[in-house]
Amino acid sequence: MASIVLKRVAQGLLIVWLTTTITFFLIHAAPGEPFASLLEDPRLTDEMRAATRARYGLDRPVTEQYVRYLRAVSTGDFGDSFIHHRPVVAILGDAVPRTMLLMATALVIGFAAGIALGALQGARAGSWFDRLTGSTAVLLAALPDFWLALLVVMLFAGTWLPVSGFSTPTLPASAPMMTRTLDVLRHLILPAGTLALLIAAMVSRFQRAALIDILPSAWLRTARAKGVATRSVVFRHALRNAFLPIITLGGLAVPALLGGAVFVEATFNWQGMGSLAVQAVGDHDYPVVLAVVLLSSAFVVLGAALADVAQAAADPRQRRA
Amino acid sequence: MPALVALGDSPLAGRSWSAGRLASSLTRDPLFAAAACTLLLVALAALFAPWLAPFDPDRPIDMAARAQPPSAQHWFGTDTLNRDLLSRILFGARISLAVSLLSVAVAMLMGTAWGAIAGYAGGWIDALLMRVVDAGLAIPRILLLLSIVSLWGTLTMPAIIVVLGFTGWFGASRLVRDGVRASKERDYAVAARASGATPFRVLVRHVLPHALTPMLVAATLGVGHVVVIEAGLSFLGYGVAPPAATWGTLIRDGRENVATAWWLSVFPGLALAITVLAINVLGDRLRTALGGRQLPAP
Amino acid sequence: MTMPARPVPNSSAAGESPPLLRVQDLRTYFHVGGAVARAVDGVSFDIRQGETVGMVGESGCGKSVTALSLLRLIDPPGRIESGSRIEFEGRDLLTLNEEGIRQLRGNRIAMVFQEPMTALNPVFTIGDQVAEVARVHAGASRRAAWDRAVEMLNLVGIPDPRERAKSYPHQLSGGMRQRVLIAMALVMNPSLLIADEPTTALDVTIQAQILELLADLQQRLGLAVLLITHDLGVVAEVTSRVLVMYGGQIVERAPVRELFAHPRHPYTRGLLEAMPRLGRPRDRLTVIPGTVPPPTRWPSGCRFRDRCAWAWQRCADEHPPEYVVTADHTARCHLVDEPSRDVTPAAAGVAR
Repeated sequence: MASIVLKRVAQGLLIVWLTTTITFFLIHAAPGEPFASLLEDPRLTDEMRAATRARYGLDRPVTEQYVRYLRAVSTGDFGDSFIHHRPVVAILGDAVPRTMLLMATALVIGFAAGIALGALQGARAGSWFDRLTGSTAVLLAALPDFWLALLVVMLFAGTWLPVSGFSTPTLPASAPMMTRTLDVLRHLILPAGTLALLIAAMVSRFQRAALIDILPSAWLRTARAKGVATRSVVFRHALRNAFLPIITLGGLAVPALLGGAVFVEATFNWQGMGSLAVQAVGDHDYPVVLAVVLLSSAFVVLGAALADVAQAAADPRQRRA
Repeated sequence: MPALVALGDSPLAGRSWSAGRLASSLTRDPLFAAAACTLLLVALAALFAPWLAPFDPDRPIDMAARAQPPSAQHWFGTDTLNRDLLSRILFGARISLAVSLLSVAVAMLMGTAWGAIAGYAGGWIDALLMRVVDAGLAIPRILLLLSIVSLWGTLTMPAIIVVLGFTGWFGASRLVRDGVRASKERDYAVAARASGATPFRVLVRHVLPHALTPMLVAATLGVGHVVVIEAGLSFLGYGVAPPAATWGTLIRDGRENVATAWWLSVFPGLALAITVLAINVLGDRLRTALGGRQLPAP
Repeated sequence: MTMPARPVPNSSAAGESPPLLRVQDLRTYFHVGGAVARAVDGVSFDIRQGETVGMVGESGCGKSVTALSLLRLIDPPGRIESGSRIEFEGRDLLTLNEEGIRQLRGNRIAMVFQEPMTALNPVFTIGDQVAEVARVHAGASRRAAWDRAVEMLNLVGIPDPRERAKSYPHQLSGGMRQRVLIAMALVMNPSLLIADEPTTALDVTIQAQILELLADLQQRLGLAVLLITHDLGVVAEVTSRVLVMYGGQIVERAPVRELFAHPRHPYTRGLLEAMPRLGRPRDRLTVIPGTVPPPTRWPSGCRFRDRCAWAWQRCADEHPPEYVVTADHTARCHLVDEPSRDVTPAAAGVAR
């Protein structure tokens, strides 16, 4: 167990290092000088330009810049935002928790619903229930996430459920904690619901296939021959096994989820990492964009590693003494 | 029937396949036929848009009126500048599809080259190249695209194609690499090497063709994926530069008027969704027919 | 397709208590597309309290489907046809509702399957899986069920059962897993144990140990056992009576000594000849020619005739009933009716 964790941590660090390197090369492969837009500002004097260059190390050889970049990133220093004139870390500090709230809510609801639905479909494969919900899921999973989000906005605009933002802007900061929390939760319902719907559609497909794979197993017949009730055969014996591939799926789905979160956040104006990145692209504020990219890839690596470890913990065959 | 149901129940699963048997197994599948017909229609519509479109997609019907709801004259309504939406969708299809197909071609070329080198070289080269692929896969594609846009600024259509291709080859390279590794030790490859063929010749003539079957499926599903990604990029406002309008741009226009003109986002979105669904069904059936196993969505 | 079978001689004489299990005209068909696979097609037999009965035949002859039918573990498209009757401890199993049959499974009738590698759930400990039987049927507490599981693992000869109970199936050898399956079957002291090829997947020394264990448990617990196997050697060792199955039917039944000494059905003879014996070189092992036909297409008349060296016209025209040879020996073969033809096939000048 410990060796699996260690191996995963090493692999993860390697990948994070590589993504950092890729972003570094992206910056330097960009046309013109990196940070050109910052330097083009006509109000700047030549000294100020030189100072800025020196500050970003642009007057140094590329190899040295690379080492400095790595060192900065590894200490969590993503530089300052061009637009907000604040450290990128501070900006992310506001946005990341919101994205986490959105994604965690969607993940929990989406996986729970998807697993339950897929299990019911798999247990009654071929029934009208299976066909109807199965086709719906395939349809949903094929819908572009931003369009689905847009349809939800269209459907709920003007109802009690807010379709935009993270909280009610008119709500004073002095409002009671309870009121503010409820306000955020109310804003959370639609974006998280949209994301959860997409997750559930995908998860249910895999859960169904996994359960159908499992159901003809000899050990399930043993369980029935023991006198275990059908319900318990499916939901205790089969589901536990069918759950294993779902754990892997959970790890693999993080990039898709983060991508989906970008669109859902942008459409619902949920001010998290995704909206931040989209906004920053428009502002040519690449320290922010690159920080979001690096952070996301760290999430992806973390998700895959967690899934591996969880899989090892859930499957006795993968456990080492 | 749900698309993921047919796990290995194809008559061809696990067997070697021939084009004839493949075709016969697929044509007996009504869902496959429906998907293929849909795609054919979409392709024809895109190809013949100038003749099919009832109006000029870029010219307002008149200056006075604003977005009109669907009517007998304008089936899908008109946009905020009072341009015929159906015509705009037909012309949008051309750009959406062309960009997607070309960028997938770029991605497949890159993925094949990268994967073939990794698989054929093996050893530390393989390890290094594949870790780069791992890293590429670890960055959500839309974020990678956004960071490129933020650095390069607004992209022209050729640039979009290249960028979409450059961010989409990671999965394909892994497929090719695995296929090459599996087939390079087979007798025919060993025999070719023994008879003195150059490594490049062995790779291109004897190894690669056997690794390309899964690429067919990957390319099909890749088109479905990139159609959405391209639309998404346009939706966020960072896609193909205006005035060219892709489906994503049209949906973006719709978003700004979501409260007043539902048809602006519904119809382009439907076109996009139907196309993607048909491509997914096609790719999925192709995979089943070729005896592949289920892979998680890219 | 069948002639009305003559009444099968009932081995239990009048006055004796009724048998533990009485199967009458059991027919289990699989309806696939337009075809009907008659996997089990009119099987009747009794098992008395504490008796060990062997059921032999090649794969595909209907043994396993018979076993599964007894517990009603047949899934669609399979179906136990109406007219079939399975009486166990005086109760008609085929009229019980699902809950009723569930309460009998693993409780009064237990089953041991043939795949020790796959018959255990990979994600639960073996202790858990044995204990589950006690929890399901006796409503035992977690603690009590676990203790019972350890006790059962001890009974079937698993060393250090208290520790072993915490193992997962993949950590055990095939023989040990088979013991676990037997332990699981015996938790509730069933009166009937159905063992479907319990030794097939094991190597020879382990086979002997498992058979010994089964025989020992059978005597100690007063258990009736239906032992299903394709291996007559296994039957010879532990059973008292033998049912030979072919084509979804019982083609010969006799006490085990009688069957080995005077087999009457050519199929039984073939099986006996195919047995490897000491002193006979392996390469002369006789094998019955041909294979079991698919259950959708049994031949007309006698189902064995296309593989039988004795077959004549009557075998194609007339489905043989179960002819009585002696009081407890029957054979579904026209040779019993026409003993003059029962000479070596070459001398009989058979048509085939």
